[in-house]
Amino acid sequence: MSVTALKEPPKEARRSGSAAVVRLAAPTTPARPSRWPGYAKSVAVSVLPPLVMVLLLGLLWELLCSGPGATLPPPSRIWADSKDLILDPFFVAGPQDIGLGWRVLVSLQRVAVGFGLAAVVGILVGAVIGQSVWAMRGLDPIFQVLRTVPPLAWLPIALAAFRDSNPSAIFVIFITAIWPVIINTAVGIRNIPQDYRNVALVLRLNPIEFFWKIMLPSAAPYIFTGLRIGIGLSWLAIVAAEMLTGGVGIGFFIWDAWNSSRLPDIIVALVYIGVVGFVLDRLVAGVGSFVTRGTQAS
Amino acid sequence: MPAYLELSQIGKSFSRGAATTEVLRDVSLDIAKGEYISIIGHSGCGKSTLLNIVAGLTPVTTGGVILDGKEVNAPGPDRAVVFQNHSLLPWLTVYDNVRLAVDKVFSGTRSRAERHDWTIHNLDLVQMGHARDKRPSEVSGGMKQRVGIARALAMEPKVLLLDEPFGALDALTRAHLQDSVMQIHASLGNTILMITHDVDEAVLLSDRIVMMTNGPSARIGEVLEVNLPRPRKRLELVTNATYLKAREAVLKFLHERHRYVEAA
Ligand SMILES: Nc1ncnc2c1ncn2[C@@H]1O[C@H](COP(=O)(O)OP(=O)(O)OP(=O)(O)O)[C@@H](O)[C@H]1O
Ligand SMILES: [Mg+2]
Repeated sequence: MSVTALKEPPKEARRSGSAAVVRLAAPTTPARPSRWPGYAKSVAVSVLPPLVMVLLLGLLWELLCSGPGATLPPPSRIWADSKDLILDPFFVAGPQDIGLGWRVLVSLQRVAVGFGLAAVVGILVGAVIGQSVWAMRGLDPIFQVLRTVPPLAWLPIALAAFRDSNPSAIFVIFITAIWPVIINTAVGIRNIPQDYRNVALVLRLNPIEFFWKIMLPSAAPYIFTGLRIGIGLSWLAIVAAEMLTGGVGIGFFIWDAWNSSRLPDIIVALVYIGVVGFVLDRLVAGVGSFVTRGTQAS
Repeated sequence: MPAYLELSQIGKSFSRGAATTEVLRDVSLDIAKGEYISIIGHSGCGKSTLLNIVAGLTPVTTGGVILDGKEVNAPGPDRAVVFQNHSLLPWLTVYDNVRLAVDKVFSGTRSRAERHDWTIHNLDLVQMGHARDKRPSEVSGGMKQRVGIARALAMEPKVLLLDEPFGALDALTRAHLQDSVMQIHASLGNTILMITHDVDEAVLLSDRIVMMTNGPSARIGEVLEVNLPRPRKRLELVTNATYLKAREAVLKFLHERHRYVEAA
């Protein structure tokens, strides 16, 4: 134990012998700015810097790729060659000649099915595993290994099993996205405080009620972490899988464009993929923070 | 009069690996219907363990618990617990926390409207009706504890188990809640088993005070009857001879005969 030496009494206390009324400074009313400029400012602060950066990088790119020996097209050529792709995402000019918006939607549809399955199965399996110490001990190392298998490595197996490209692509998404969902759900279930379990025991909640009323809400922050990782991996996997399985998805578009040497098209498609991936991530994160709002124990 | 709740030679040991610690030894107690019993003892002597055994959350090593003629060894809504740390579900509103218990206990016997009214009734009983749409994180510690009490009361339990229900509260809030609990006990006649650290609280609220010896192998050291008429008024008791004597007896037990010894 340490003894803190008593310091000199603070000035105010020492002077208190001579009692003088200290008048509080009159509160200065700050000029209250109206709400609207504040809002505009926050938008500007978050939108302007990336915008400036994009312009600068575009400029740099233009400079680097304008030379005679450049192997990649500069932005100006992309604009000239692929204007229709950029300006109209939803044109239909033939069965194989459709806007990138349509292609993205086709890919998203596959992701929706594959990721949706992965989410449901992953949460259920994770819940079962999280409930049992032995299942956790036995299965966790296996999952940690399977988790690291690259999405495309599953494709041959999927093609062999399903003998069709569409279910194979969906399977690849499923198998890629499911591991983080399982692992995070299981961890979330293991971390349910004993207090909540005791409440469930006293109330005699049955397993189904326990799942809905205690498990899901309590583990929701963990589950959404898993889902967020999962949706990111799904989007990575779909592009790769579609390059190999064909069809009209955005992944196959890139492959097709490469085979017919349409580099500018590929770059436009990359931007689409990046933006959609970003939106998906934000979507899951947003849903997550909405669902788990205010649920943190205090 | 046959005991309503009977603790019969309860023993409890925790073992981890080869090491076994005996926490409770041979704890026997007969509690009548409508009685208010406090358990007091030094920290770590096994009070919560005993309460959890009665609740059915912890299995006994030896002995057993008999409630209303039947042995109980699993948790159930007939023994509602107000936990040491309130244990409200943070994702449910105050109303929904209580409603969950009401729905579970009365789903077969009461209509939806009746269950709603019963939930509101119990929230009003602890003066929490006004905050029913708030979440636990949005109300104060004392309010959370009151909701915990409302949830327990709403189950119409045979026995109410309180684990230091006012432990984490300031003195004023604590006094206020003690009064509420006394009122509820007076009007509903619940059988209550309460753990406390607070000597005044024990004397004020209880019919009998069970004093536990220090662990390991804690036993019931002494049981003190508090023969004060009800309703009890805290201000009048301050000078009451019976009150002071009871208080002194408990303090003597805790601080002379069973002084807290730091575990070596
Ligand atoms: N699950 C457990 N495993 C091992 N030992 C335990 C377990 N639970 C409690 N104990 C031990 O039993 C003893 C009594 O614990 P208990 O929580 O019942 O004390 P308490 O009287 O409620 O204390 P407090 O007043 O501080 O709440 C302690 O020494 C504790 O270490
Ligand atoms: Mg305790």
